Amino acid sequence: MSERATGTAGNEPFLVVEDLKTHFTVPAGTVKAVDGVSLELRRGQTLGIVGESGSGKTVLSRSIMRLNIGGNVHTTGSVRYDGRELIGLKAKEMQSIWGLEMAMVFQDPMTSLNPVVKVGRQLTEHLRFHLNVSKSEARQTAIELLRSVKIPEPETRIDNYPHEMSGGMRQRVCIAIALACGPRVLFADEPTTALDVTVQHQILNLLATQQKERFMSMIMVTHDLGVVAGRADEIIVMYAGKVVEKAPTATLFAEMKHPYTEALLRSIPKIAQPKHSRLSAILGRPPDLINPPPGCSFAPRCPYAQQRCHEEKPVLSPGSTPGHQFACHFPVGTPEAREAFDRNLAAGLPVTLAAAGDSKVSDDDLVTSAGGA
Amino acid sequence: MLKILGQRLLRLLATLFAVTFLSFFMTSLLPGDPAVAILGEAGVQNEELLNQVREDLGLNDPLPVRYVNWLGNAVQGDLGESYINQGQSVSGTIVQRLPVTAQLAFMAIGLAVLFAVPIGVLGAYRQGRWQDSVSSAGVQVALAVPNFITGIFLIWLFAVKLQWLPASNWNRISDKGIVENLRTAILPATALALTQMAIFSRLVRSDMIATLQENYILSARAKGLKDRYVLFRHALRPSSLSLATIVGINFGALLGGTVIIETLFAIPGLGFRLINAISQRDILVIQGITVSVAVGYVLINTIVDLFYTVLDPRIRRS
Repeated sequence: MSERATGTAGNEPFLVVEDLKTHFTVPAGTVKAVDGVSLELRRGQTLGIVGESGSGKTVLSRSIMRLNIGGNVHTTGSVRYDGRELIGLKAKEMQSIWGLEMAMVFQDPMTSLNPVVKVGRQLTEHLRFHLNVSKSEARQTAIELLRSVKIPEPETRIDNYPHEMSGGMRQRVCIAIALACGPRVLFADEPTTALDVTVQHQILNLLATQQKERFMSMIMVTHDLGVVAGRADEIIVMYAGKVVEKAPTATLFAEMKHPYTEALLRSIPKIAQPKHSRLSAILGRPPDLINPPPGCSFAPRCPYAQQRCHEEKPVLSPGSTPGHQFACHFPVGTPEAREAFDRNLAAGLPVTLAAAGDSKVSDDDLVTSAGGA
Repeated sequence: MLKILGQRLLRLLATLFAVTFLSFFMTSLLPGDPAVAILGEAGVQNEELLNQVREDLGLNDPLPVRYVNWLGNAVQGDLGESYINQGQSVSGTIVQRLPVTAQLAFMAIGLAVLFAVPIGVLGAYRQGRWQDSVSSAGVQVALAVPNFITGIFLIWLFAVKLQWLPASNWNRISDKGIVENLRTAILPATALALTQMAIFSRLVRSDMIATLQENYILSARAKGLKDRYVLFRHALRPSSLSLATIVGINFGALLGGTVIIETLFAIPGLGFRLINAISQRDILVIQGITVSVAVGYVLINTIVDLFYTVLDPRIRRS
C-alpha cells in the first residue's frame, strides 16, 4: 500500500484491511468467497464496493465486521481498526464494536427487522446496552432518530410493529437503528436493492446527509455503479472474490482499465438509448468459486481475453493516476486491448460480438463456444 | 374480539354435538350389558329382572331415542346418574374429579414448558456441539421411557429411599391446604411432564434453528447485543408458535389421558373414573366425562388461538 487513495491529508486511515480471505468449507470443496482483499478507510470517507451477485462483496463487508458466523467459515488476513486487530477476536469481544463502532444497514428491510418486536425496542435496545441510557431517555433518542430519518409522526410510529410500515419506511428505521449509537463506520449492504426506484433515491440521499452530518465513514456495497457514482470517494470493483480495479471515483469513470468495470458500466440502461433497445448484459455467469479458472477469473466472459489471460492470473498493480489499481493484462483503452478486441471480433468470439453491439448473441452461444474450444 | 368469541362458542357447540354423539354410539357398540353389571352373577339368570332393569334405564329404546333423551337433559344441565352407583350424579362426579386431573395436567405442562424452553434454546444455539448432543440424547431417553416407569422410579427415589414425599394418595387444597396438595401432586406431575418436556424441547429446538437463520437475528447480533438477549428476546417468540399449538393439544389429551399415572399414584381423577365407567358400561358417566374433557379441550385451544396473536402481532390483522 504505497499510494494514498484520497487527498485528505492528515487523515490517516483508521480501518485497514490487508489480504483478507474468507473461505467457506462446503461438501463440494472450499468456496473462496473473498480471496485476498486489501483496502483502507479514512474518517468521513465513502468507499463503494461494486460487483455483481456472487462477486463476494457482501461477504467482504460482513468479514470486515466479523459477522460471518458458523463453523465452516475461515477468515484470515488482517482487519485493523484503530490499530486493533479484529481477526481472531471472539464474537463476545466483537459485541463491544458491533452497533457502537461499526453498524450495518442490510439489504432487505422486509426481513431484517424482527416482525414480533416493536420498532421502538429495536431502535433502543443496543443504545441502552452500549451507552447505558435510561428507558425514557432512550425513547426520546429513538423519536429523534426517527425524525432525523424523516419518518412522519415519530411519536406514534415508535410503537408500530414493522409490518405496519412500508418497505421504504422500514429501511429508514434500519438506518436509524444503525445510526443510534453514533458509529464511526456504516456498512450499507445494497441498502436500496429491495426498494422501488423513487424510494431508492431518497434512501441514498438520507444516507449521504447523515454521513456528512455525523462525519461518519461509509462502506457502500452495491451491484449498481450508478449508485456509488456521485456518492463514493473511492470505488473498489470486485469479481470472483478479488479486487479487479480500485480507484478514486472520478478516476474510475474517466479512465477505467478493467474490462469488467467497463462491462458493469455498459450494463446500466441509459435514458439516451433508443426505445426498445436490448439491455446490455454481461454474457455468462461468475465463475465457480470452488475451482476458479487458472488465469484471470473474468477471462471466459471478457471480450478482450487472449491466451495469456486464460493461463496467467493478473495481479493488482498501480496505474498512471495515483490511487488507481487494476488487475488486467490488456487494460481497456490501451492499443494492446484494441488489438486484442479486434482479433476476438474477427474470430467471432460471442462475448466480443456482444460487446461490439451484436444483439443476437446470447448466453447459449457462450456455452457452445466454450464447449467447442 | 366478540366476533371471535362468538365463533368459538359455535365451534364448541358443534364439537360437543359430534363428540357426544360419537361416544354414545361407540359405547353402545361395546359388548356387555349395564343391566348385567348392575345385577351381578345372580341376576343374570333372571331374564325378567334383567328386562326390568333395562326398561328402567331406558336401554330398550333405540339408540337415537336414547341419545336425544340424554341430550335433552344434558342441555338443561342434568347429566344423569350413574347406572352402577345408584344415586351418584354424573355432574357431581365431574365437579369432584375434574379439578384434580386439571391440576395434574396443568402442573405437568407447566413443568414441561419450564424445562423444555431452555433445553431447546440451548440445543439450537449450540447446534451440533456437545451441549446439543447431550441434550438430544437426554430427550431421546425421556421420550422412550413410558411415564409409569418414570412414576415408579420417582416413587422409589423420593418416597421409599429419601422419604421426602408421599408415595400415593391425593390431598385436596380445600382439605389440607396448598403445601400438602403440592406434596402429593409433584411426583405424578413430574412423571407426566417428562415425556411432554422431551416433545416440547424438540419443537423449540427445531423452530429456533430455523429462526436463527433469519436476517433479523443477524441484524440483532450486528447491534452488539448479547447472545442470550438475542436468543430470548428476539428469537424465542417467533419460535414458539408450534410449541403453543402442541401445548394446547397435549393439555387436552392429558385431561382424559392421565389414567395410568392416576392409577399408579391412587389419585381420584377423571381418567381413573372413566376407565371404571367403561368397564362397567356406565354410559352416562362415560358421556359426562367425555363432555367435560371435550369442553376443556376446546377451551384450552381457544386460549391458545388467542395466544397466537400475543406471540405474533401480524396475526392480529387477519
